[in-house]
Amino acid sequence: MESILSVSNLSKTYASGFKALKGINLEIRKGEILALLGPNGAGKTTLISIICGIVNAGEGTVTVAGHDIRKDFRVTRAMIGLVPQELTTDAFETVWATVNFSRGLFGLPANPEHVTRVLKDLSLWEKKDSKIRTLSGGMKRRVLIAKALAHEPQILFLDEPTAGVDVQLRQDMWNIVRRLREAGVTIILTTHYIEEAEEMADRIGIINHGELILVEDKHELMRKLGKKQLTLHLHDRLEEMPASLSAYRLERTNGGNDLVYTYDTQSERTGITALLRDLNDAGIRFKDLQTKQSSLEDIFVNLVKRPQ
Amino acid sequence: MNLYAVKAIYTFEMARAWRTVAQSIVSPVISTSLYFIVFGAAIGSRISQIEGVSYGAFIVPGLVMLSLLTQSVMNASFGIYFPKFTGTIFEVLSAPVSVGEILLGYVGAAASKSIILGAIILLTAGLFVPLRIAHPFWMVAFLLLTATSFSLFGFILGVWADGFEKLQIVPLLIITPLTFLGGSFYSIKVLPPFWQTVSLFNPVVYLVSGFRWSFYEISDVSVGISLAMTAVFLTACLVIIWWIFKTGYKLKS
Ligand SMILES: Nc1ncnc2c1ncn2[C@@H]1O[C@H](COP(=O)(O)OP(=O)(O)OP(=O)(O)O)[C@@H](O)[C@H]1O
Ligand SMILES: [Mg+2]
Repeated sequence: MESILSVSNLSKTYASGFKALKGINLEIRKGEILALLGPNGAGKTTLISIICGIVNAGEGTVTVAGHDIRKDFRVTRAMIGLVPQELTTDAFETVWATVNFSRGLFGLPANPEHVTRVLKDLSLWEKKDSKIRTLSGGMKRRVLIAKALAHEPQILFLDEPTAGVDVQLRQDMWNIVRRLREAGVTIILTTHYIEEAEEMADRIGIINHGELILVEDKHELMRKLGKKQLTLHLHDRLEEMPASLSAYRLERTNGGNDLVYTYDTQSERTGITALLRDLNDAGIRFKDLQTKQSSLEDIFVNLVKRPQ
Repeated sequence: MNLYAVKAIYTFEMARAWRTVAQSIVSPVISTSLYFIVFGAAIGSRISQIEGVSYGAFIVPGLVMLSLLTQSVMNASFGIYFPKFTGTIFEVLSAPVSVGEILLGYVGAAASKSIILGAIILLTAGLFVPLRIAHPFWMVAFLLLTATSFSLFGFILGVWADGFEKLQIVPLLIITPLTFLGGSFYSIKVLPPFWQTVSLFNPVVYLVSGFRWSFYEISDVSVGISLAMTAVFLTACLVIIWWIFKTGYKLKS
């Protein structure tokens, strides 16, 4: 697939001497939704800020549709919309004025129809004449999204758009993201709600300590790193694990009433058939069973916990 | 050239002035009137004419300069300091705008405001003393040059300041004293020779002198030198701002 944003060997050392990014390489494909995950302080905002021109780049290059972000900043920045992590808005401006300001700032002539549509999509239309400081936090977040969409960007960065946002807005937001994606907009989002990434993203990137540990297609990632667990609810409580079953590394849970078997979805043989036969031989009977796929959250926690 | 961006920033800044119209226009008008009452009427009645001009009329250019300088610096420094303080500057930094366009927007608006203010003060002064402008073209030129240079200076101050104290201390402790000591209310020719020489290091002397010349054709230093000094100051400010944006000094980490 065509790449629209390309980051190569990007490093960033802040004036304090802190190395926030260490040689990031990343290709973002046109029209995809990429979720960047990583613990607090991993460098997600730093990466986004460099691409958008808010933070000076260190070594390395970033190109947007083939244009260098420093040399051709006019072209690259006009293509990008940013919803920052912090709620930074003007206080005394009206919603209408501030969204139109953004459109002008990004070099476009006034277009009241477009701004009206954006405000309506974000359920901000009733608030268009309100001063921003009179809005609630979630409403301010919507204003920031409206500002970022005012100049019809082709690439949209959403830096933790759902932090402190209620269920309604979260759903509105994902609906908007889906619609933008259908319109061909490339979306890069960061979030700490991993279910969100699991639901929304096409690809997942994980950053930790300034390094991009992996970027992978979501389904591929889940398949590769995902584990499945088989839980057996036993007929009778099991006091002790029979030696004949030790090879399966079973876990006794629920006070010995359940047995949990973890297996790799990737391997040819899951070992389930053998396990069930051996259980039968050992005289262990069960009344029910269930399987569970590990979530992206489990995968994520496992990856960032890994020793450096 | 991203003219839409220039227009957006300029309009935004001018709208801000309208919201604080009392603060940005009414208060300088009141303080100018007070100066007239105190200096013009009370003291002026005891001072004979200076080089053929009544004292009240003599101080008009100085008074306009006083407001022009302080307001240019305060307007421009606040205009850039505030978005830096609240964080909304991120949007300007991420927008497809060049340094020149940012300056046209912010500094252009600050300079416009102080020029409007200068005009209002001149009109107010006209209520107290008869005004005579010998060289209207040069009067406007000095007004424009001064408003622009000191708005640029204010812009630098706003980028540099990391607290409200610094923002206020410079106009208060530097600009105002320099203006008072720069011959706004007297001709530096009345000073002893030593203090005359010291005064020549004060850039405001050149501004006030040139500006007064455009009214009454009397000056402390020659008009050419006044213009040259203003141009030097303006260029210095432009160079510093160019450097600020090149390195991201205090704007980008
Ligand atoms: N201006 C700065 N000067 C020095 N260090 C900074 C600066 N900005 C960020 N950092 C440091 O860089 C690291 C990465 O910060 P960044 O904001 O990119 O993290 P993040 O992944 O966005 O975290 P979060 O999930 O908390 O938003 C952090 O350790 C942070 O303290
Ligand atoms: Mg962040």
